[in-house]
Amino acid sequence: MRDIRRSGRRDSTRGERKYGLFQVISPSRSAKTGLPLWLLGLGVDRLRTDMSRLLALLFHQGVLDEQFLQLQQLQDESCPNFVSEVINIYFHESEKLLRNLRGLLSDREFSDYKKMGIHLNQFMGSSSSIGAKRVRNVCVAFRAASEQNNRAGCLRALELLEHEYCYLKNKLHEFFQIEQQRVLAAGVRYPIQN
Amino acid sequence: MGSIATESQFHVLAVDDSLIDRKLIERLLKTSSYQVTTVDSGSKALEFLGFHEDHQNNPNQLSVSPNNHQEMEVNLIITDYCMPGMTGYDLLKKIKESSSLRNIPVVIMSSENVPSRIRRCLEEGAEEFFLKPVQLSDVSRLRPHMMKAKYKDHQEPQKQQVEEKSEVEMIIQSQRQEEDESPQEQPRQEEDESPQEQPQQQQQAQGSNNNKRKALEEGLSPDRTRPRYSGLTVV
Repeated sequence: MRDIRRSGRRDSTRGERKYGLFQVISPSRSAKTGLPLWLLGLGVDRLRTDMSRLLALLFHQGVLDEQFLQLQQLQDESCPNFVSEVINIYFHESEKLLRNLRGLLSDREFSDYKKMGIHLNQFMGSSSSIGAKRVRNVCVAFRAASEQNNRAGCLRALELLEHEYCYLKNKLHEFFQIEQQRVLAAGVRYPIQN
Repeated sequence: MGSIATESQFHVLAVDDSLIDRKLIERLLKTSSYQVTTVDSGSKALEFLGFHEDHQNNPNQLSVSPNNHQEMEVNLIITDYCMPGMTGYDLLKKIKESSSLRNIPVVIMSSENVPSRIRRCLEEGAEEFFLKPVQLSDVSRLRPHMMKAKYKDHQEPQKQQVEEKSEVEMIIQSQRQEEDESPQEQPRQEEDESPQEQPQQQQQAQGSNNNKRKALEEGLSPDRTRPRYSGLTVV
């Protein structure tokens, strides 16, 4: 990592120049850093496109809504991992809630729909807070079944909820993986910030 | 990171039982340059505020005394409505019933758009009612309430004593909208016509916010002219 930064600094002494692709993709520099080309310059743009494409897909599918963008807006240099921190809390809490719901419904003599409602409200709230639109919508339907004391309906809703949550989690993992790669690649392009 | 509120930064106490929402509101507030303390329940909030039934201290004074439970001045309290145990509404009531705390502006947040609930909170003295998820545009509306409370405190130190005498009367009164001689009521109504509020309303660029608030506005009586609602539907 040190080699990369040193070479970066040297560039900036030549004057205020934006780090264009041509500066970074120089055989000598890549030889110095020992990093493959894809991590230098080129990689960042492609990864950024990948991230945008994935997000666009998730918005299009209604999996995420604008609240997710709000989360991203709240992330900056002073809090660079905000989104992943919040999402990880969401995963942790959601899986606990799903286990609780599954536990309640696997009891044949289950009747505590009020308790179920409390879990669902919590799940709805957290899903809404991170922009997980589809998961939240399933919670709404689930809660309706619960209010009617409809056990079969609740079971169906739970299955759908688990499915939606799974899909969301996989996609968000993918998103964060790409972002990690992008951060790594971007670290190569830019010299040390103040 | 300092534990003492400086004059340049307002300090907000955020109350929410949801960890995610606490993280969110903390970030929203810090991004808006506020100092933030978060707690997960109404009772912890009261504890933090140094709440005592007969507490006579003026909380709007900077106090570093170790004997005083409240080490930091709190300029605004923002609380979730639905919490186990003490709800946000219960907390609001307790704050407004306390002579030492009732000057602190309180804002309620809720994920449910229930007009009667919103009305009840406003009538109990909440300054604003935000629908969750709370956004930056909501947080931008907080400053006027904190400025007003701070400004009023500097202007009217003598009237505080009058209020303390009538504290018992206020606790007995369950209906706050009854004719009240307290000077607090007037500034709140003046706020309706305050030109300061107008730019805030026009900042409501988010369409989804307007839809949310439209729903609750329908539930309110027509004579309610608080700018936070009438302004919001004027788009």
